[in-house]
Amino acid sequence: MGMTMTQKILAFHAGLDKVSPGQLINAKLDIVLGNDITTPVAVNEFNKAGFDKVFDKDKVAIVLDHFVPNKDIKAAQQSKQCREFACEHCVSHFYDVGKMGIEHALLPEQGVVTAGDCIIGADSHTCTYGALGAFSTGVGSTDMAAGMATGMAWFKVPYAIKFNLTGKLPANCSGKDVILTIIGMIGVDGALYRSMEFTGEGVATLSMDDRLCICNMAIEAGAKNGIFPVDEKTVEYMTGRCERTPKVFEADADAEYDETYEINLSEIVPTVSCPHLPENTHPAKELGDIKIDQVVIGSCTNGRMEDMEAAYKILNGKKVADGVRCIIIPATMQIMRECVEKGYVTAFIDAGAVVSTPTCGPCLGGYMGILAEGERCIATTNRNFVGRMGHVESEVYLASPYTAAASALTGYICEYEEA
Amino acid sequence: MNTQGKVFKYPDNVDTDVIIPARYLNTANAKELALHCMEDIDTEFVKNVNAGDVMVAGWNFGCGSSREHAPLVIKTCGTGCVIAKSFARIFYRNAINIGLPILECEEAAEEINAGDEVNVDFDTGVITNITTGKTYKAQPFPEFIQNIIKCGGLLASLKEGSKNE
Repeated sequence: MGMTMTQKILAFHAGLDKVSPGQLINAKLDIVLGNDITTPVAVNEFNKAGFDKVFDKDKVAIVLDHFVPNKDIKAAQQSKQCREFACEHCVSHFYDVGKMGIEHALLPEQGVVTAGDCIIGADSHTCTYGALGAFSTGVGSTDMAAGMATGMAWFKVPYAIKFNLTGKLPANCSGKDVILTIIGMIGVDGALYRSMEFTGEGVATLSMDDRLCICNMAIEAGAKNGIFPVDEKTVEYMTGRCERTPKVFEADADAEYDETYEINLSEIVPTVSCPHLPENTHPAKELGDIKIDQVVIGSCTNGRMEDMEAAYKILNGKKVADGVRCIIIPATMQIMRECVEKGYVTAFIDAGAVVSTPTCGPCLGGYMGILAEGERCIATTNRNFVGRMGHVESEVYLASPYTAAASALTGYICEYEEA
Repeated sequence: MNTQGKVFKYPDNVDTDVIIPARYLNTANAKELALHCMEDIDTEFVKNVNAGDVMVAGWNFGCGSSREHAPLVIKTCGTGCVIAKSFARIFYRNAINIGLPILECEEAAEEINAGDEVNVDFDTGVITNITTGKTYKAQPFPEFIQNIIKCGGLLASLKEGSKNE
């Protein structure tokens, strides 16, 4: 029996010719990542265990993104601890305010991660980098500490689910609608412990931003990782970004999959995840009159350039509905700069939206857009759990940038229809 | 090793945002964070939990964020063990890494009720519901993971491993 793409990458990093699902392995890591929330816990554990140096200063990435620019004194202390650790250990990939971005938009953009890598990150959305053809998964702070100290991590080789993509997305849909549709089909634990392997002729029609968004939310189906094959678009995206040479792995023709799902991209419709679980999905146009108080366009899921373009296309020359607060957050400084250069920021401000520097802030109810009791938000973020964005009696609806921006104009959840 | 205490029962898909809301994550101080454990779905938990008590939940316990603060606050509150039908994978890993005992047992998680007195033997995986008299057997951990638990967590096991080399 052959191996899946994920299994091949894991076998390579474990120095084995072959691995089987369920097998416990120790694998070499290419990147170990942490952010301003998870790194302080990892640093405490690292120091407590008596480690005095990181295994490779070029293979550790620390990104301050959740609560920066510092939201309060305590957050400032946490950032300071990350900064001091990064400085002490000469961490090459340390991103502070001014250079930072939301980690999962930033690392692919800056070429810190590449195809064929084996990556762990103390952030659940680390699965994003599967879009580049890497094995990448979220872990906790102790695993991060162990990874920084030894350059290794243990894994149970995952079983796999195949998603065979055909067709091409309609103009008012994006990768977000694809992944929300899939989570609605298989549930929030539908891929628990397993890899989600995306394949098929439809892959070529998806942009890199779509693929990054799809892999980003693999965790919302419980998956260990999501992964796309490397094609011309991937190579083009990676060229000139990464100093390391990408390594391309392909699934064997006789690789084993627990299940196979056929996804016709042409049949995807604008989809919304209703409170309080990402699996609670409905077509946007079937939702009726759901009045909203706030719109958030951004996050590691949808704060990339194409997401900003979608928002611009819809908001340019229009006005956000009265009573709606529209918050737009480009995910990295480079994206922010491009939004400024292209006049998007002016258009957003003229439409009545606010534009923030990169931060995870509102997505996890940190700051920059907390909801009050009874308030409702449509967001391009990734989780709509109870209290996720603020008060326990508030509600979060997850959607694509098209749907979120269109809803900002009407004040009700609606799909985007091209004029 | 074992724990005995009363049961706090929770549904399917308990996520890490309700175990410890992100609004409190501007500190890594476990004692401070533990004051808010479960508060978004159960404001009584922190007031009523005693050392050794047991959490019993449905499928996919600990889904969502990778925050290790989640198993950490459950442990810091004094909870002796979490029994669930299944655990989200990052939570599962984190619980083992920080030394919070967890057991997967569908039947026990289905039948044990809130307030029951339960004894859990981690070495054998036997769960005894003292209130009803019924016993259950949970899935044992693979040997590799048992070793991490025995050493007192992942980093301690790495140290132990490097000593033996």
